[in-house]
Amino acid sequence: MLDYLLTDEQKMIRDLCRQITDEKIRPVAAKYDESQEFPWDVVKVMADADIGGLYIEQKYGGMGGGIMELVIAAEEFSKGCGGIALCFAATALGTLPIILFGNEDQKQKYLPDIASGKKIAAFGITEPAAGSDASAMQTTADLKGDHYVLNGMQHFITNGGDAETYVVIAMTDKSKGARGASAFILEKGMKGFTFGKKEDKMGIRASSTRELIFTDCKVPKENLLGKEGMGFVITMKTFDKSRPGIGAQAVGIAQGALDEAVKYARQRHQFGRSISSFQGIQFMLADMATEVEAARALVYSCARMIDSGAKDYSQYSAMCKLFASEMAMKVTTDAVQIFGGYGYIKEYPVEKYMRDAKITQIYEGTSQIQKNVIGLSLIKEALKK
Amino acid sequence: MKIVVCIKQVPDTTQVKIDPQTNTLVREGVQSIVNPFDVYAIEEAVRLKERFGGTVTVITMGPPQAENVLREAVTVGADDAVLVSDRAFAGSDTLATGYTLAMAIKKLGNVDMIICGKQASDGDTAQVGPGIATQLDLPQVTYVNKIEDIKDGHAVMHRMTEEGYEVVQTSMPCLITVVKEINEPRLPSLKGKMKAKSVQIKSMKAIDLDVEDNRLGLTGSPTWVSKIFTPPPRPKGEIFEGEASETTTKLVGVLKDHLKG
Repeated sequence: MLDYLLTDEQKMIRDLCRQITDEKIRPVAAKYDESQEFPWDVVKVMADADIGGLYIEQKYGGMGGGIMELVIAAEEFSKGCGGIALCFAATALGTLPIILFGNEDQKQKYLPDIASGKKIAAFGITEPAAGSDASAMQTTADLKGDHYVLNGMQHFITNGGDAETYVVIAMTDKSKGARGASAFILEKGMKGFTFGKKEDKMGIRASSTRELIFTDCKVPKENLLGKEGMGFVITMKTFDKSRPGIGAQAVGIAQGALDEAVKYARQRHQFGRSISSFQGIQFMLADMATEVEAARALVYSCARMIDSGAKDYSQYSAMCKLFASEMAMKVTTDAVQIFGGYGYIKEYPVEKYMRDAKITQIYEGTSQIQKNVIGLSLIKEALKK
Repeated sequence: MKIVVCIKQVPDTTQVKIDPQTNTLVREGVQSIVNPFDVYAIEEAVRLKERFGGTVTVITMGPPQAENVLREAVTVGADDAVLVSDRAFAGSDTLATGYTLAMAIKKLGNVDMIICGKQASDGDTAQVGPGIATQLDLPQVTYVNKIEDIKDGHAVMHRMTEEGYEVVQTSMPCLITVVKEINEPRLPSLKGKMKAKSVQIKSMKAIDLDVEDNRLGLTGSPTWVSKIFTPPPRPKGEIFEGEASETTTKLVGVLKDHLKG
């Protein structure tokens, strides 16, 4: 790995997350992939190690880090298991809107339990008929006196059912289209807030994905995040900050697969010699390693730009997520190729990396949506000139 | 509750080398770790702190580099660290070590419980813990695998024996040594790691302790290692083949010869 001149504190985070990955994640990755149970034991280890509060301000019990710290942790965990890493990363996705747009009362109420790892979080916007086109969403929130009443259904919600704290987007004024959406903080156990079926997924199977169902769900008025109509702005600003986390997850998955591929290529003998002695294999490994490093450099650069307080970074955030997730799909596929027939069976670890990698091209905006974001930014910049 | 945990820096290797001249451990070029049994002692102390409140102080006697194992203990929850280090302590056997550590702990004052690992992985004597208790005239419970409760100045615990376990009640302050069955040590926390970086290690030298000089170091050590050797591997046993009655007669004959011999 290149020397990215991490601070002493960041190195400490990396080393600790690596230790958690080696001692607590790798040994159980295959088990949770098979059973699809929620990895509470590992989540508890992360909590005890103060990982839950990495990117949360110290005054709310966190470690006071930023996106860079989040990215370092997401990458290390993903080397062991992209699904278990997601329990952590999806909590960040559910927490960022509160960090970015919550008022003091909301922050005081919700952040300390997330920072201590006592609670995990989730973010809800996707509906069956509203994926990339989030403005087509049907879930509504009507103001009635001192509370909003939510009705509708969302699906594909990561950490859904297992999280305690949710940020949910719902339409407060359908006539305004995208400007009629608002964000709310919900708590598990609120009357009228229930969970539907758990999805049986291709990859990241240790992570839970469920439906959120709102049936006349009463949400106190003070749980509105920001102002009415800010739902999509909050979503976009949140994704701009969270996408490097997915980029890091992709880098971690790819690195994990590459490490396995190098190890295997040295052990495997064909035609009387180790297959790592063949240029065909060496070229594949060289391409894989170069692409992983390039993606990591892009992800880290973007995370640092965000932490520096920059304003306009959404295209770079989209670029690092796009590049890293496409890279991860390619590198993990090549890792399976190097393993040959052994790569295709579950007894060996690389097919899981390939299944886990696929989702990074899809969630928090598909690769195509990332290109839309980048393209639009380019055009906007050109117009300003 | 004030808990003191005694830890030792040991070489991290299963292939310990012995200097044939001095019959002592070769420490050069070998990485040092916290004695594996002491890791359980630290964990138990931190758990007691979480259950009953109080502080955990780790203490070690050794060269200045032993500071590293003290910092490691802080990453998993120890509050303070004390390094007992002086040239005068060099060459201490278990008696002198127990005496020196006991005097250092006495200096800390008002200790409710002292916890040690059952033995060190290098020397394997299991004498220093009981030695400290004796020097301080404290009750001691060795091979503890469970602490049931602590209240009204008493502690109830389980003590592992070869046949099972004993339930022991002791008055406090007391010293206990723990076995690895007592808990599953935690990983470090980020806050612990940060604290370990900045924690002020308290240093104690001979002059800081109320000690009799002739009880320290080599002078205070009545025992010394005269020879350390690797025992030769057991020779292969003799196998008698044939019918049961035949081999039995043979075996009895051989045993008889042995007894005579």
